[in-house]
This record gives sequence, structure tokens and C-alpha cells, in this order.
Amino acid sequence: MKSRVPSSIRRDYASVAGKQPPIGESTDLLIVGAGPAGISAALTAAGGGVRVTLVDENPIPLQTMGEDVPLHFGGRMAPTVANRNAVLESVLGARPELAEAIDAGVDVRLGTAAWGLFPQRRTAAWIDGHVAGLADEDRAYLLRFEQVIVATGCRDMGVAFDGWQRPGVMGASAAYRLATTYEALESRTAVLVGTGAEALQIGNALMGAGVRIAAIVEQAEAVTGPTELLAPLLGSGARLFTRHVIQQTVGDLQGVAAVRLAGVEADGSRLAGALERIECDTVVLAVAAIPTIELMEAAGCSVTFQPARGGHAPVIDGSQRTSLPFLYAAGDCAGVWPSKTLSEETARREGRIAAATALRSLGVQPDGPCEPAVSPDPSVRDVARERLEWVRAMTLESAAAPFVCQCEEVTAADVIELNPPRYLHWQRDPSESWRIGSVDPQGVPNPDVVKRLTRAGMGPCQGRRCREQIAALMAIGTGSALADIPAATYRPPVRPLRLGQLAALTEAPAMRKGWESWFGIPSQWIPFWRLTPPYSVTASCVEEPVAGE
Amino acid sequence: MSSSQRAGAAVVIIGGGVTGLSAGWWLARDGIDTLVIEAGAAGWGASGRNGGGCSHHHSPLFQEEQRLWPQMDELLGYPTEFRPNRIRIALDEHQFGLYRHALENAERQGFRSEVLDPRQARELVPLVGDNVFGGYFHHFGGHANPHRTLQAYAWAMRDRGGRLLQHTRALGFERSGNRVVGVKTSRGTFACDHVVIAAGPATGELASLLGITVPLASARAEMIVTEPLPLMSLGGVDGNGLYGRQTLRGNLAYGGGPHEWIDAADVAHTRPYSTPLQASIARRLCDLLPKAAHARVIRSWAGFIENTPDGRPVIDRPPAMENLTIATLSSVGFGLSPAAGRAVRDLVVAGRCGFADLSSLTLGRFASLEADWPALQGWLPGAAP
Repeated sequence: MKSRVPSSIRRDYASVAGKQPPIGESTDLLIVGAGPAGISAALTAAGGGVRVTLVDENPIPLQTMGEDVPLHFGGRMAPTVANRNAVLESVLGARPELAEAIDAGVDVRLGTAAWGLFPQRRTAAWIDGHVAGLADEDRAYLLRFEQVIVATGCRDMGVAFDGWQRPGVMGASAAYRLATTYEALESRTAVLVGTGAEALQIGNALMGAGVRIAAIVEQAEAVTGPTELLAPLLGSGARLFTRHVIQQTVGDLQGVAAVRLAGVEADGSRLAGALERIECDTVVLAVAAIPTIELMEAAGCSVTFQPARGGHAPVIDGSQRTSLPFLYAAGDCAGVWPSKTLSEETARREGRIAAATALRSLGVQPDGPCEPAVSPDPSVRDVARERLEWVRAMTLESAAAPFVCQCEEVTAADVIELNPPRYLHWQRDPSESWRIGSVDPQGVPNPDVVKRLTRAGMGPCQGRRCREQIAALMAIGTGSALADIPAATYRPPVRPLRLGQLAALTEAPAMRKGWESWFGIPSQWIPFWRLTPPYSVTASCVEEPVAGE
Repeated sequence: MSSSQRAGAAVVIIGGGVTGLSAGWWLARDGIDTLVIEAGAAGWGASGRNGGGCSHHHSPLFQEEQRLWPQMDELLGYPTEFRPNRIRIALDEHQFGLYRHALENAERQGFRSEVLDPRQARELVPLVGDNVFGGYFHHFGGHANPHRTLQAYAWAMRDRGGRLLQHTRALGFERSGNRVVGVKTSRGTFACDHVVIAAGPATGELASLLGITVPLASARAEMIVTEPLPLMSLGGVDGNGLYGRQTLRGNLAYGGGPHEWIDAADVAHTRPYSTPLQASIARRLCDLLPKAAHARVIRSWAGFIENTPDGRPVIDRPPAMENLTIATLSSVGFGLSPAAGRAVRDLVVAGRCGFADLSSLTLGRFASLEADWPALQGWLPGAAP
């Protein structure tokens, strides 16, 4: 790398020049996520003579789980998750191949979250090479890498209904994670919302973990997933309610105690009549599995709405490579589709392909034959339509205007009408048109605009429970196609980090200088009555200490 | 003709940031047919990515900034979240001395401040710790929400008949002698009687198409935000080298630290990305407000900012053209925007600012500027991958 600054001139002491943090650790291939895709990638790369580092955030700190990050845990963690050693054993027990990876020389770091990937680029070049921001329970640190495979799985779409803020309403992936990896799901009786392949598969897994599935709720006319997955659930006594949604939860001190279901018409409107009451302690939201793209989106990978991949997913080529040539996606974060959900082998193959490509980029010829590229199932389901229908039938028809964004207390109407937050107590002139469409009639509706004006998606869960609903509401509110609504941006840290923890990251001694001065330009802050124009560099060589404002 | 059919306006403003939209609002208030064109989405540049501070005691626009902010909600008809007053915390004697300039500058212009001892600082700011050296309470200044204010300008301008056309890139100008008669854009040409260039980092490039040099360099800067914390009685607290505030929601939103110079050509089509600098910002925020060390950082952001060689704004009508106004606030534009927009209105309508002496903000001060000034000042991108 060559400096473009001639040596003879003044250095800008207030710039980043010379201040890059000391980075003690580096690796050739970083893999984020130790699920089937990440582990397969690690095992593929391990024999290649390069340094491989595999990080996985499990066991997730209890506080983070309590913030519904990275999944919608809904407060249904059993007290055992506070025992980190026990949880670590569960995690290792759930993934025996981790031991294999360790034996193969992979640097495996559990309980380590990746909170940012920072590629070196023309507009952010001050740190040499690409670095990842990592954090365990105590510290935060940087790791330099050459190539990175992101295998961060999927999360669940949230859909608001009256009482969905109660403990016990949770995402399907969260329930699955707690029931299997952690053996710590506090649930005896659950209602499953959604009937796609992902929903039914998790329903069966929960049943295997001892949870009774009391009912299965689907707003569409028929079950959308494979019937062979439905049969065992019905056989164990689950009642199926198609053309139904959750009307509300009924709560007690522990959270959800029951739900009331409402029948819906094809257009989403509610049927009049008696409401079915189902006793349960848990509502498992399995309306849609969403690729977990946060690290990739925040790093600058191209992301588009790809129905066959389950919505917003990174644009990848046949070698799992994203638009950033050193960054690959493998497993559910590269796209979710039914056959991939039903067989781990697809995710594993993606992991192997990504690792083989990464090895080649590192100058190593991988063992074994080149595997054919993975393609999603031919798209038979219209995922955009399904999501709109859920939001229309369950959220828009709610009687009590539930908060779509629970962190910031924003309702569906607030999103569509762009209402300013309640704490402002702003009395709107009823004649004013603040609707989404009025902000940017020439552009596509942008969720970041909605976020700026309503705060929807701005809270501590970092929008994980609301962003798909907000996009659907924006599509409904503006008459746009859901696929045209861009993904709301993610920004690091993509895991909430304590200020004190982030602050402990090592910095260069040179970093201490220049903070007082904004851009370090003395003449910028000299009061206007003291200034003597004209200005030239040579005439202005004052080293007067200044404070920016 | 209805406004959507008019292919032009009395005044075309290039740039839908706070400066351009404030100017558009001021002009529209006077009944002047105004069109703002914006290459991307309004406020997507530095206008929507700053600390929201409103206390620029060094500026000739300070008096007007202070006069206008308390009225802005009412004048605009939309909320800005403006809250008055500011506390600045110093953690050592050096900072305490530097921050005194604010007291002195404002005092000279008739504004009052109080010096805080450590005990007073801790009483006023519950998140401050035992490491506080001293501080200042300024009975002026304050802070507002940049996003809300930006949109308030846009809506208020529209309410008064002004138009905003987003995703419309200015490509060049049609001239007749020393007059600009049209602005060529990606959506066709818009005729105009006057043109204002307030296009942030792109201001220099656009002005150069008219043969006018506006020396600018662009840089990237960063901020962080925490989860909401209980509201302090005054949210406008900064210091220890940081700028920012506790938002009315309770989040701590702070920025500062070293900037990174970048090529102007990279600004237009690139999203500004934040970097591990956020950890260094977090460290200073932890020192400034130690009792917030447990708060969770939930977001960061970066923005591209333009600066003139002396860091001072340009708000000027260059004599080489008869009907051109140029406005760049040089990295400190949000707080000054109510006053800067009014100044632009004055320049457009009357040729001079009626409420402030803008002689220190003319382009003419750069007449003897060295051609290689960015290199001489060390304002070049350091390295590129």
C-alpha cells in the first residue's frame, strides 16, 4: 500500500493517519457461525494448511437473550441458561463435530459474537486489511482476516397481535435453539403460528423435546408446508386452524396463559363469532424464516429481495461469494428454502463450496472434486404475498393497535402515517398528510426514512422483531410491491455491546490526540470578528489549540 | 399551470440537505417559486448524520441561530425536538481551558454561561463521575433532532408551495452570458432566474462547471448511539472531546475523534461505513459519563462531510455570475441551518445578508490559496486498498 501524501508537507494530526489500532490476532479464514454450514466449511478448510478460526456466539449471554437478540427468545429461557459452563457443555454436546474441528487444528471460539466486519475500502482505509469485531462476555477485540465465511443461520419474522409483547410469544428459531442447543426451553404447551416447511419441522422438533403443540394456526386457506410433516403433529393432538390468526394472548404472571383465535376472510378481515380459546404457555411465531444477513449487510454486501431465498438475502455466485470478493455466505443466511430446511446436507454443501473457494483465494488447491453449485428450490410459494397477508390479517386487523416495534412502541398506524414518537406529544393538524408516500414520491419507500421519523426499528433489539412487518406495512401504505422495499440498513455493533466493553478495545497511543478539535482547523473556530482574510496555507500556519463545537 | 407541470422555478436550489431545504423554506415563505433538487434522498448526507448541536458562538450567524431555534417548531409547523441550553464537561484542566472560549465568545455577544465545579457538574448531570474536572452551563445553544428537523424543513417548504424533487442529479447548467438560465438534471432541464448550489461535498464540482472554484475536501466521521437511559434533566451534555446529546428518547448519541479524508469522487455513490473507531468513541463516552458504562451500544453511523481550507462556511454570491449563490457550511451546518437558510434567502432576494455580516464567509478569501492546498494541509486520503 502506497501513501499518496508527499512527505514534505504538514500532517493532519486530527485525521486517522497513524492511528490504526494495534491488532494482535489474525487468521487466514474466519468463519462466523458453527452450525452445519460453518462446521462443514471449517472441516473442509482445516486440511489446507491455512489458519482457520471458527467463532460462534453460543452460549449467548443471558442479558443479550433477554433483549431478544439475536433471536426472539420471548423470555422463555430456563434458569439453567445462566449457568455458562453447563450451557457450554450443552452446546458442545449438540455439535459433536466441534471436537473434530478442534482436533483438525481449527481455532474454535465459542461464546464469541461477531459484532462487525470491517472491510478495508477506499472510503474506510485507515486500518490495514479486513478486520472483524469480536466479543466474548468480557472483552471486545479485533481480528484481522483474509477471507470470511458468514454462516449465521436464520431468524424469524415477527408479526404483531394484541398481547404479543407478553413473555411466551417467541420466534420458532429461538424456540428450536433453546430446546435443542441449550436444552433450556421453558415451555410445556405451545401454539404454532405458520405452516411452512420451517414451521412444521420446528413444530416436530419441539414435540420431540417434550413440548405439546396444542394448535397450529394458518391465515391461508391451506397448510403451506409438506403434509408429511403435518401428520405427526395432528396425530399427537394438535388442532389445525386454517383461515385463522391469533386475536390476542391471555396472560398471567408468567406471561402467556392462553390465546384466542379469530377466523379471517380471504381478504384478511375478521369473521364475527365466538373466539376459540387455546390454553398454552407459548406462542411460536413461525410465519417466515429470514436469512440472518446483518453482518453482511452492515459490511456492504449487495442484498436484494429474492423470493426463492426467503426475502432479503445476499447476492451470491455459484461459489457462495457475495459482492465483496473475500466474503462468502453459507447455510440459511445465504437463503432459506424448504428442501434446505429439511436436509442439513444443502447447508453443509454450501459450507464446503465456500471453504473451497476461500482456499483457492488463499492460494491453496482444495482436496476433492469441485462440487456443483447450490440452487434454491424452484419458487412455488409467493413469500411476499404470504407476508403481506399475515400482516394484513393479524396486525392491521388488531383491535388494540399493538406495538409493531416493541422497543420504541410504534404501531402499524404510526408506521403508515409517519407519526412522531409519543414522547413528543405533538398535536397534529388533522389536515396534514404525513403518510409515508409524502416523503419521497420520486423514490422507493425507504425503511430507514420510516425509522428516522417514527423510530420503528431503532431500539435495543436492533429491529429484529419488526423489520419485515414494517416493510410489509410500507408496501401496504404506499401500494408498492414488498420486493421493492429495500432492506433497512444494519450498522455495527450488530450485537448490543456494553459501552464499557467496547471502550476496552485496544487503541494506538496516537489515538489520544486531537479529539478536542473536530477537524483540527484552528481558523474554523476563531470568532468571526477576529478573522483576517484572505486565507492561504502558508499564511495560516498557526498551531493554536482549538476546541470544536 | 400546476406545480407538477412547471419545468423550472424562480429559484432552483441544488442540494436537499439542511442548508438547501432551509433556504427553500425561507424562500417559499416569501412566496417565491422554489424548487429543490436532490441527487439522492433528502438529508441522506451529513444533514442526517450529525450530533444535532445548536451553539455556534464563533459564527456570524450565531445571534440568528439563537434567536430562531426556540421558534422553529412553531415557524415550521413540525417538530424539531429542539431543547435549549448546553452543559459541557471537562475532564482535565486543558479541556477546561479550551472550553472556556465558548463562554467568552458568547459573553461578548450577550449570552450568559456559568462555570461548574465538579460537585455542581455531578448534580446537574447524574451520569457524570468522580473524574470530572469542571464544566460550563451555557444559557444558550441546545440541540435538536436532525432527522426530524430535516423533514420539517421539507414539509414546511412544501406547505408554502415549494417543491422538492429527490433522486434528481444536477448534471450541468445552461448559461446566457453571466447568467444561469437552466439547471440540467437527470430529469431534464429546469429553467431558473437564480440558482443556489448547496450540494455538500458536490458543491465544488458543480461550481466548477460555472468556472468558479470552491475549494473543498471531503472526509468521513463517525458516531455511536446507546440504548435509552433514564432522561437527565438536561440532555445537551457533551465534552471530553465528544459532541452529541442524550436524545429525548434517552439514547446517548455521541461522535467525535479523527476523520478520514477521502476522494470527492468516492462520496457520490458510496454508503458511509463506520469502523472500529466506534470503540474509541465509546471509550471517551465512558470517561465523560462513567455511570453509563453499562449502557448497551446498539448502533453506529458514519457520514461524509465537506470542509473548506479554513474550515469556515462559504455563503456568497460570486461576482463572476449574476444569479448564483453558493452555500457550504463546512462540516458545521445543522445547528446553523435556520440562520444559514435565511442568509441564503437574503442573498438571493437582496444580494446581501440583512441580519449578519457575512464578509468572512466569501469565496474571495481564497483568492491566493495554493493550488495544492489539500496536500499542503495533509488533507489527502492516506491510503487506498
